[in-house]
Amino acid sequence: MPVRIQEADFDLSEEVARLRQGDGQVGAVAIFIGTVRDLNEGSTVQQMTLEHYPGMTEAALQGIVEQAKTRWDLIDTLIIHRIGALQPKDQIVLVAVTSAHRGEAFAACEFMMDYLKTQAPFWKKEDTPEGARWVDARVSDDQALSRWSTK
Amino acid sequence: MKLHLRFFASIRESLGVAQEDIELPPSIKNIADLRTFLMARGAPWSDVLAKDRVLRCALNQQMVSVDTELIDDAEVAFFPPVTGG
Repeated sequence: MPVRIQEADFDLSEEVARLRQGDGQVGAVAIFIGTVRDLNEGSTVQQMTLEHYPGMTEAALQGIVEQAKTRWDLIDTLIIHRIGALQPKDQIVLVAVTSAHRGEAFAACEFMMDYLKTQAPFWKKEDTPEGARWVDARVSDDQALSRWSTK
Repeated sequence: MKLHLRFFASIRESLGVAQEDIELPPSIKNIADLRTFLMARGAPWSDVLAKDRVLRCALNQQMVSVDTELIDDAEVAFFPPVTGG
């Protein structure tokens, strides 16, 4: 259940191949990739910089993985989150989950992203023609997280 | 009590401080006390940590609520709501 924080880009095919490792029990791989949009809140995004809290970030992501593993029967998980300067259309985050069947993989992947969005200490700053600005947290992210508490 | 303070993102920028070691009087018991204590330094602390600003706090790298008791020698971080992913 690796968790990686890195500046470098990642290759989806390589990562999924490594995650599956030829494991014949894997019947489903669910993947989410988040990417940088070139327009946010009405402004052109020229560049995005991601800051994080080293140490706490890794611990928070491991905690998310452990929660997912107690809720669903998963074979393996992978989280990669990039930091530093990113350009529009760049990949930001990868969450991948393997399980025997698709239902568990889909649910766990969405759960892990919803937790990451609200619990993992990352912050985005955007460069726009109007100047640099920190991205505000969204209420919809908290609502997405709250769905899981009733499950 | 001694604490190691850390500040991130917009909080770090507005304060102009990323980290600081601090010695606290015994009356400072929890996170809310600490916030009030730091605000008493005046601007920019009083604005950046103002009660109407939504902040998150971590004690030894775990997200905690404002009524959480402080621990001697702990790392305490203040930051805005997270926006990764």
